Amino acid sequence: MIPLQAVALALVALGGLAVVVARDIVRQALVNGFFGLSLVVLFLVFQAPDVALSAITVSSAAAPLVLTIAILAVRRREGRR
Amino acid sequence: MSLRTRTGLFLASGSVLAGLLGWAFAGLPAFGHYHGVYGRALDRVSLGQTHAMSTIASVTFDYRGFDTLGEEFILFASVLGVSLLLREMRERDVDAKRLTERFEPIRATGRIGVPVLFLLGLFVIAHGYLSPGGGFQGGVVVAAAIVLLAIAVDYRAYSGLAPKSAADLVEGVGAGGYVAIGLGGLVAGATFLESFVSRGTIGELASSGTIALLSWSAGIEVAGATVVLASEFFEELLARRR
Repeated sequence: MIPLQAVALALVALGGLAVVVARDIVRQALVNGFFGLSLVVLFLVFQAPDVALSAITVSSAAAPLVLTIAILAVRRREGRR
Repeated sequence: MSLRTRTGLFLASGSVLAGLLGWAFAGLPAFGHYHGVYGRALDRVSLGQTHAMSTIASVTFDYRGFDTLGEEFILFASVLGVSLLLREMRERDVDAKRLTERFEPIRATGRIGVPVLFLLGLFVIAHGYLSPGGGFQGGVVVAAAIVLLAIAVDYRAYSGLAPKSAADLVEGVGAGGYVAIGLGGLVAGATFLESFVSRGTIGELASSGTIALLSWSAGIEVAGATVVLASEFFEELLARRR
């Protein structure tokens, strides 16, 4: 394992922990985006560029969009009560 | 259950899981030492057979093209399900004013980002069989560009550019196009999804036969599906409820 790969693995471990530790749900969605980005780097340094591209689109485009809209919708519904 | 019992339960089961994981990882082959026969065989023959520089593209859109057809229709069916559920539950009129006030630097960044992302998406779809990428990834990037227009720039410009009827149509054309290209193989006297156009010269944009066509149809389908999905969620947020 080259140092770059070790660093990428460590970043993924830290990122996953950060997502769990974050308490505020909006912040958690943001941190989750950065965790996704660290996964992209991991796939890239382990020579899987195709998977990295898929991870970019899923973790930094699709997932945050669905998450933020869902959070907004839930908040709006709770605000009405 | 008290905190102490829960912590104890977690530590016990967590240590068992960690031990099993460690045991499993210890048995993995070292990085770069691949043992699969199928992958090795494809690595040897795929370039000559499909003329696609990216072996991954030749697997997804040629050797395993039928699996990709299934994947496409998983996406198609799930977006259909979301649309059916959400469209039934709300009124038609959407209050676009709710999304129009935006911080100016965000709008400026969005104006630059939208065309750049859109072009990048088309590039990723078009070069999927030459370099990493392909229809699925590029399709989401194209859709992300269109959705960014709604989020960062102007919702009305978005609903003007990508009205839901158009996105529905694009999604359907992409999904149907994949099947049509597959049937083209049958018409040409080969099997379903077998390449019936010239494979071209390796490394050129006009190469790899139907892999390029299937990649484009997957890209169109995924872009349409993602935009439909985003539109449904936006309208869910913006629509006045009954």
